[in-house]
Amino acid sequence: MNTLIYTACLGLFCMLAEIFNLRKWIIPTVVLGLAVIFSLNLNDWNHPSSHYNDMLRVDNFSVAFSGLALLICTFLFMLSSDFYRSEENQKHISDYMAILVFVLCGALMMVSFGNLVMLFLGIETLSISLYVMAGSNRNDLRSNEAGFKYFLLGAFTSGFLLFGIALIYGASNSFNLQDIYTYVSSNGNNISPLFIVGMLLMIFAMLFKISAAPFHFWAPDVYEGSPALVTAFMSTLVKIAAFAAFYRLISNCFLFTLQKAELILTVSCIATLFIGNLTALVQDNFKRLLAFSGISHAGYMLLAIISLQSNTDSVLFYYATGYALSSIAAFAVVIAVIGITNSEKINSLNGLGKKNPILATLLTMAMLSLAGIPPFAGFFGKYFIFSEALRNGYSYLVLIAIINSIIGVYYYLKPVMAMYGGAANQDEIKLPISYSLVLWTCVILSLLLGIFPDLFVTLL
Amino acid sequence: MLTLVLLLLPLISSAITLLFRGSTAKYFALLSAISNLIITVLAYFVFINTDLKGEETQNIFVFNHEWISSPKINFHIAMDGISYLMVFLTNLLLPLIILSGFKREINRSHIFYSLILFMQFALLGVFVSFDGILYYLFWELALIPIYFISLNWGDKNRVSVTIKFFIYTLAGSLLMLFGFICLYWYNPTHSFDWNDLTKFQVLSTHQGLIFWLFFVAYAIKIPIIPFHTWQPNTYQSAPTQGTMLLSGIMLKMGTYSLIRWLLPIVPTAVTEWTPLAIALCVAGIVYASVIAIMQTDLKKLLAYSSIAHVGLIAAGIFAWNIQGIQGSLIQMLAHGINVIGLFYCADIIFNRTQSNNINGLGGIRLTAPKFATYFLIIILGSIALPLTNGFIGEFLLLYGLFEYNTWLAIFGGLTIILGAVYMLRMYQKVALGNSLDANMKFEDVKGTEEIVLLTICILIFAFGVFPKPTLELVEPIAQFITDKAILK
Repeated sequence: MNTLIYTACLGLFCMLAEIFNLRKWIIPTVVLGLAVIFSLNLNDWNHPSSHYNDMLRVDNFSVAFSGLALLICTFLFMLSSDFYRSEENQKHISDYMAILVFVLCGALMMVSFGNLVMLFLGIETLSISLYVMAGSNRNDLRSNEAGFKYFLLGAFTSGFLLFGIALIYGASNSFNLQDIYTYVSSNGNNISPLFIVGMLLMIFAMLFKISAAPFHFWAPDVYEGSPALVTAFMSTLVKIAAFAAFYRLISNCFLFTLQKAELILTVSCIATLFIGNLTALVQDNFKRLLAFSGISHAGYMLLAIISLQSNTDSVLFYYATGYALSSIAAFAVVIAVIGITNSEKINSLNGLGKKNPILATLLTMAMLSLAGIPPFAGFFGKYFIFSEALRNGYSYLVLIAIINSIIGVYYYLKPVMAMYGGAANQDEIKLPISYSLVLWTCVILSLLLGIFPDLFVTLL
Repeated sequence: MLTLVLLLLPLISSAITLLFRGSTAKYFALLSAISNLIITVLAYFVFINTDLKGEETQNIFVFNHEWISSPKINFHIAMDGISYLMVFLTNLLLPLIILSGFKREINRSHIFYSLILFMQFALLGVFVSFDGILYYLFWELALIPIYFISLNWGDKNRVSVTIKFFIYTLAGSLLMLFGFICLYWYNPTHSFDWNDLTKFQVLSTHQGLIFWLFFVAYAIKIPIIPFHTWQPNTYQSAPTQGTMLLSGIMLKMGTYSLIRWLLPIVPTAVTEWTPLAIALCVAGIVYASVIAIMQTDLKKLLAYSSIAHVGLIAAGIFAWNIQGIQGSLIQMLAHGINVIGLFYCADIIFNRTQSNNINGLGGIRLTAPKFATYFLIIILGSIALPLTNGFIGEFLLLYGLFEYNTWLAIFGGLTIILGAVYMLRMYQKVALGNSLDANMKFEDVKGTEEIVLLTICILIFAFGVFPKPTLELVEPIAQFITDKAILK
């Protein structure tokens, strides 16, 4: 709970800093503050507690995912100082930073909710902040389109979510996860149809948030139109928070009724994998490619949710961490390259392997990790998910996922081929120090996670 | 522990090589490769005196440490006869491969040699791993350095060729991963350990699935037709050292894995599908030989001849009798030595004439008699003349195949006749006759070039005249694998 309160205070600080003319200090303070909150968060490890009439429930699951969210945000805020260096952006820096911190607040609520109302509040806090940030590049038509599109579709989905919560309340007389669990387990075969409909509506809403097919249509346009840093927030922090919330919801409330939704989840998983991977094949825009890669990764994580078992949470956590680290590394390069060449195309990386071999190597490692090639974290993430799914008898789904991994290799190697195979262009690409730091940390962490996966898998 | 030293030395050297600039890198890489070879040779004397009987024996070669608790994966490395043979092959060829690049101008050579040493680490890992997932990790790890070697230092077609190669092999290995995870859950002890996997019998209904998942992975790597289409282009466009690594060592990963991971683990399915598998191998021999006869590009000719040779090795393995297995192991060693010699000769020719076209060459013998002699010896080794290293292996392989089925042996035996046809014809066109271009002066080999070729020629005769140590080395494990066949 303290984690959430401190983070909210950090957001308020960003807003107040404008008044006291402390703009220059905002980003250093936020980065430092997040690092402090990250360590405070660890104090809650193995100290489960519940707050505000069980609205928020702190357990190891929530501490782990809060820690991951804080880590992601620390990295992304480190990237933001250079991203918002222009004069126009500096005017609004306190707004931007405050809103992004509130995105994190929403994410923290989503991973530790103990009550469906809190889930809704978390999702809304996160989403409304994001609608604003997606359109924050006011002079760019596509950024406006992104904000507007995301808002319209997102608002619609919130309606679904709320309707689902209302129906579940109607059936079980409670918003509390514990009470709903008791209702489901005590009523056995006698569960009200209202509950099932409510569950399906909530699942649809969550599928939208994790950008799973067929609710994925917003993702590529919004990712491409939003400023690159906001895209990085969406495809790492938001996706992982949404998955954690989805998992918490299903494992706490819907475990016994899940087989009613299994067909839907399975179809969605297969469609997500194929649509994400096949569409990514033809992209030549790096940001859009990462958007589709995010969709396909949602497919793999859905596989973990379908084959839900006692230790799936650690598998999901491991996968999410590996995915986040490599995605942040990829985004760090994208943001830097866009800043220098003003082009989001993959071929703007041409010849990077000769001009800046270290940067090229790091990006290569990030892409290999995303593609799931050992010894990086991406490989073990996939391996654990496949192993869990096979153990529970979903061999056909694993086979489909493997086919998709093979397809995925092609587009993950596209930037690599451009860096080493393409003819060099003129622009010199040099990274600011903060970017190099983030890039190195992410890649090294991803490598360490890949070599010592046991540290993480036995955690939860 | 000794295995661990052998394994880690290239990894550490690979990291250190990155620190050097200029020509120091290649000397350091050579030093590392030679010291690893010396350790390997010394290990041989420990090896033949160590009691390897009993699978659980803790000896100096075993290193078993828990790595991941759930699903359980151990860092289990060890050596038996076939592992030692493959480790020896790898460490024997590496100094030659590194030395063969000494006369070439290589950009950013510290990265190049670092990747080669990293490749050595991964290849050694494949050959000494006794845990399925550990083995799989090394198998995939070996793909990364060779991909970047080909992508960075290859010819103009490199980008499209290497991506095809990468996706092809990765597709196979992911299927193998699927197979391993299935084995893990089928297995009552829930383990990836080779000793556990060979002990229990997979239900025969499940064996077919596992067989095909593994077979496709290995067939792509070896390559067996119809999974071979990546190979000629990759060999052609990779830099010479890359081609040597690929043809000399990396494709042995496939044939080694057939013996280690396929035959003893799913024996029933192997028996069931052997007719098809052998038919594919033998068809590959004939098909590749015929294509090789028609080739005018020297590197492509060698690539197809390689398909024909490894097709025979794979066929001998599937024949699954002691002669077949022993012959395949001997032939793996022989083929590794011969094929890097052949590719090195092709590289020397290309460097001096800027041409790979067989019809456009000729008369090399007139100005470069030493080179022509070495080239001829290597070719004779490759077409299995008695007293060369190729002979004993091919003889055993054909004998093993004959035990299995006469007709297959007859078709398989075509490899000797057809091999002689395309190899000798190539030699005749390239080295004999008069030079087509009167102004061309083909400089004879000297210095490091001569050292490499001479070493290869000595090895060809050494293993041809004294095959006994090698045969004795692999006999126990070949016996173990063959016993599995009788038990089925």
